[in-house]
Amino acid sequence: MATAAIEVPRKSEAGARAIRRDPPLVRWGLTVLALGALGAFIVLPLAAVFVQAFAKGVPAYLAAIREPDTLSAIKLSLLVAGVSVPLNVVFGVAAAWAIAKFQFKGKNVLVTLIDIPFAVSPVVSGLIFVLIFGAQGWFGEWLSDHDIRIVFAVPGIILATTFVTFPFVARELIPLMQSQGSDEEEAALTLGASGWQMFFKITLPNIRWGLLYGVVLCTARALGEFGAVSVVSGHIRGQTNTLPLHVEILYNEYNYSGAFAVASLLSVIAVITLTLKKFLEWKTKEGAK
Amino acid sequence: MSISFKKPSILPGFWPAFSYTVLYLSLIVLIPLSAVFLKSVTSSWAHLWEVVTSPEVVASYKLSFGASLVAGLVSVVVGFLVAWVLVRYQFPGKALADALVDLPFALPTAVAGIALTTLYTEHGWLGRYLAPLGIKVAFTPLGVVVALTFIGLPFVVRSVQPVLADADAELEEAAASLGASRWQVFRLVIFPVVRPALLTGFALAFARALGEYGSVIFIAGNMPMKTEITPLLIVSKLEQYDYAGATAIAAVMLTASFLMLLAINALERRTRRFMVMG
Repeated sequence: MATAAIEVPRKSEAGARAIRRDPPLVRWGLTVLALGALGAFIVLPLAAVFVQAFAKGVPAYLAAIREPDTLSAIKLSLLVAGVSVPLNVVFGVAAAWAIAKFQFKGKNVLVTLIDIPFAVSPVVSGLIFVLIFGAQGWFGEWLSDHDIRIVFAVPGIILATTFVTFPFVARELIPLMQSQGSDEEEAALTLGASGWQMFFKITLPNIRWGLLYGVVLCTARALGEFGAVSVVSGHIRGQTNTLPLHVEILYNEYNYSGAFAVASLLSVIAVITLTLKKFLEWKTKEGAK
Repeated sequence: MSISFKKPSILPGFWPAFSYTVLYLSLIVLIPLSAVFLKSVTSSWAHLWEVVTSPEVVASYKLSFGASLVAGLVSVVVGFLVAWVLVRYQFPGKALADALVDLPFALPTAVAGIALTTLYTEHGWLGRYLAPLGIKVAFTPLGVVVALTFIGLPFVVRSVQPVLADADAELEEAAASLGASRWQVFRLVIFPVVRPALLTGFALAFARALGEYGSVIFIAGNMPMKTEITPLLIVSKLEQYDYAGATAIAAVMLTASFLMLLAINALERRTRRFMVMG
């Protein structure tokens, strides 16, 4: 009797699953359509980059990458990401600590303000720094008197990139730290840990995968940002050209295989980013269990 | 003052973290952004109005707004289909397909721009099949729509996917056992649950599309009055050292972005409440 009573819901569960399952024709039809759309919209552009990059053969590809202007673009892109990502990491951790662990007035406003750079057009993100530091800008005269270049030079590129990638780490950490609560930190403090001990032994290990996730997204965007950097860079070959700007210059010079060769480097970074992202999503899910 | 502002807590470091957050936010974001509005105030209103309502700029609003709208709608349809298939069905390569959805987030916009352009020119992999049908994509407004759909698609998929995965199976089962057809279940039970998420996805895709630059300028061809998007006009004003003109257009765009940000926040709050209630 008892086993029969248990079997009844099981049967209905299987029946219910059958109800939720679409007929095979619909299932296959929709799957083919969806994969076709992903193929046409996403896989083809990616494939096109690599096919065009190698269109003139491997030696031409390697030559395009070894070109001095390309190398200096790689160096500049790494420098820019190397400065702006750490800045935003420190900010992201501080903001998440204040927002996730404490209750204060105006918190929602602060969270919305942090999101602003995502809502602003990249072109406008570059323009604002031209308005402040450009020749006709607020500090333009003072800067030129002291022979300091910010816009159309490396500092402007770093500033614009920092603006554009500003929310990534904070946005990742705030919900994560909110969901973790403060019990472990409070326990550490009661047991006599100092503030920094608590942070490095409890908080940081707890958020490490989420933090890394934010860093990966932030770095990818910092290396790939185009619009904002294009406005502040001044496009000086070999000096203020990041990788994406170098792609544009080569493309506009009708050097397609060169442009796609450099673009393929950025595409490899994008694919690595996606792989790391999936891995970290899986890791954070593991941690939640 | 501090007591009423912040609830007491035994955790340390609120004031340093909070002060640093506000300081850094002001230095990197708020003060620079205010420059756009302060700068536009210093020019005469008549001149500003003239700039932002000149025929070339108005044509660019129409293109940016219209193409973003169409791209958002296409993203909603295709994105919903992709999310549905990824959540509901099992097939080989599903994890790979799921990972690829994020590619437009990760691929630099300039790379996307030149890749899409080569695909859709007359001799491109896709353009060569569309050209005989009389469909031109590259260097037309349609090309702008294609680029913006590429950018917008992941926003819709990633908004809808979790809602679809969490949707209550019992509701569907109840409807089906009460005699609803599959199509009725979809229309009356499933669709209302994902509608707020679709709307949020659309708003995110639309907002991003309005300001998008890198992926569009290559495929658009940038013909005056025809395929110039608004962000491009800001760049071309800057290249002519017309700072006041660039700033005026930027102020219009910023206002539009802020309105979209507020709308998205409201939508997301509603979606969350909806999900908690469900």
